[in-house]
Amino acid sequence: MIVEIEGLRKVYEGKQRVVAVDGIDLSVSPGVLYGFLGPNGAGKTTTISICTTRALPTAGKVRIAGIDVVKSPSQARRCIGVVPQYNTLDRACTIYENIHFHCLYFGFSQADAKKRTDRLLEQFHLTERAQAYPAQLSGGLAQRVQIARAIAHHPKVLFLDEPSAGLDPQSRIAMWEAVRNLREEGITVVLTTHYMEEADELCDRVAIIDHGRILVEDTPSALKNSVGAQRIYELDLRSEQGIPQLLQTLQRQPGVASVESTQKGLRVFAEGTEGLLSEVVHAANPYGLRDLTITEPSLETVFIRLTGRELRE
Amino acid sequence: MTAGGSLRTQYARAFAGLFLRDLHVLRRELFPFVIRVCMNPMLFLFVFTFIMPHMSGGASMNPTAAAMGTNFSTVLLPGLMAVAIMFSGIAAVALPLAQEFGITREIDDRVMCPLPVAAVAIEKIVFSAMQSIIAAAVVFPLAYYIPSTPVVAHVNNWPYLITILVLASVTSGALGLTIGTTVEPKQIGLIFGVVVMPITFLGCVYYPWTALSHIRWLQIGVLVNPIVYMSEGLRSALTPTLPHMHPALILGMLVVFLVLLTWLGSRGFMRRVIG
Repeated sequence: MIVEIEGLRKVYEGKQRVVAVDGIDLSVSPGVLYGFLGPNGAGKTTTISICTTRALPTAGKVRIAGIDVVKSPSQARRCIGVVPQYNTLDRACTIYENIHFHCLYFGFSQADAKKRTDRLLEQFHLTERAQAYPAQLSGGLAQRVQIARAIAHHPKVLFLDEPSAGLDPQSRIAMWEAVRNLREEGITVVLTTHYMEEADELCDRVAIIDHGRILVEDTPSALKNSVGAQRIYELDLRSEQGIPQLLQTLQRQPGVASVESTQKGLRVFAEGTEGLLSEVVHAANPYGLRDLTITEPSLETVFIRLTGRELRE
Repeated sequence: MTAGGSLRTQYARAFAGLFLRDLHVLRRELFPFVIRVCMNPMLFLFVFTFIMPHMSGGASMNPTAAAMGTNFSTVLLPGLMAVAIMFSGIAAVALPLAQEFGITREIDDRVMCPLPVAAVAIEKIVFSAMQSIIAAAVVFPLAYYIPSTPVVAHVNNWPYLITILVLASVTSGALGLTIGTTVEPKQIGLIFGVVVMPITFLGCVYYPWTALSHIRWLQIGVLVNPIVYMSEGLRSALTPTLPHMHPALILGMLVVFLVLLTWLGSRGFMRRVIG
């Protein structure tokens, strides 16, 4: 295992005591693209900060490639690359210099640093902007430079904290592409996100995290299968009065896996994909059906099932 | 491709990398650097040792000079060097840190170097000390050419001067680190009024410490100000004819302040970068 987390806890003492991480156990095998999915404030960033030696845990252990990050932080840093949420590029240096000096910090000779910088600029399509300063770059481009810089010293694990926050859709897709290519180089990637599409599209395994705990951990498809339905009908009803009655009716309907009530009406989980729609509409019409949405199970559905809340609340 | 060998090589290379980066940035911003180190001593010397003596009744408008009985530029030389050293510590460490901790968080990549975090703070002190020494050296030619009456400087003991210069410079870097990590980034503008001005004016820069003997409470009070030992130290090394503190006391107190401020500064640095 390349990343091993055991009983990790982080409590911020103060006027308001905050338990940011509340007992996380986790291991990531080499070469995997691993995602922490959860809402803002779930403890994802704190966990990553501890893994990358930028925060000290209250309790528990983190080992990266067998190195304890609390006992030997400077050794652990050689094995990890970090792309934080915010742009931390050196504003006083050009793009080229940002990567070049990063190589020097990690003990490269001048010649090796130059070779590595040139190669990375080419790999990330940044050669033309090599002499630009960070302030002149768009968000997407700055993000690419940060990734290039983070992997310059050949880390074993790359940590990406909310890599697509603030990126436009096009830059996000370009970033995904860059991250996928890293896996081909054999770098293990751990990322945090609150976009379920990102976790679904990109990650081999996902841990859903909320209130500092891991709720569930598996491959995206296994997580979606765990919902036990292929279609979800979201019913928006005019009045709440008949809801319990309609719930019972629909539950008896063949092909319905389960039904649960929501703020606006009902949510029906259907096992099959065919034929159920008209019957659901027929049954719901007398209760004042206002609207109907049909979705396939997503990681969002998994999250809602586990917490009763939506991911982006 | 990464550094093999011992931990020490790894640390040394990372430290050298950080220093090279700072040197590179400084070289690019050479013009602002020159302005920064020249402007204060140049204006001071120009006003107090050139304009004033040319005015009618200049001596009476320049009470310190009158009190000293010798030429004021000689009193000013070590004092201005001390201010230059202290100023560089603030400008090279405290101000950039405020920016790096505040809006940009640029410091994060350097903190992620394969090096103990305290060493990143120490690098800031060392690099600032280098700038302080340059800034102090710049005062020499200015003090030679600007004043209307020449400065009487005489170095008896070069190793002593160099020790004082280096010790004062490193201490001022540590002072910059302490200020930069203690003051909230958004309030960094206040440090000129709250810290820099008081420690300069009450730092025996424009008068020797012994001249305060008539205001006993102040003479005792200023002893907590590290600038006092910087200016007195340079005074004892450069212009030994003027009254000054005992060299052993100066060296001792500079070391005390160096240790104290380095400890405070690196502790503050750790607190800022490690959650």
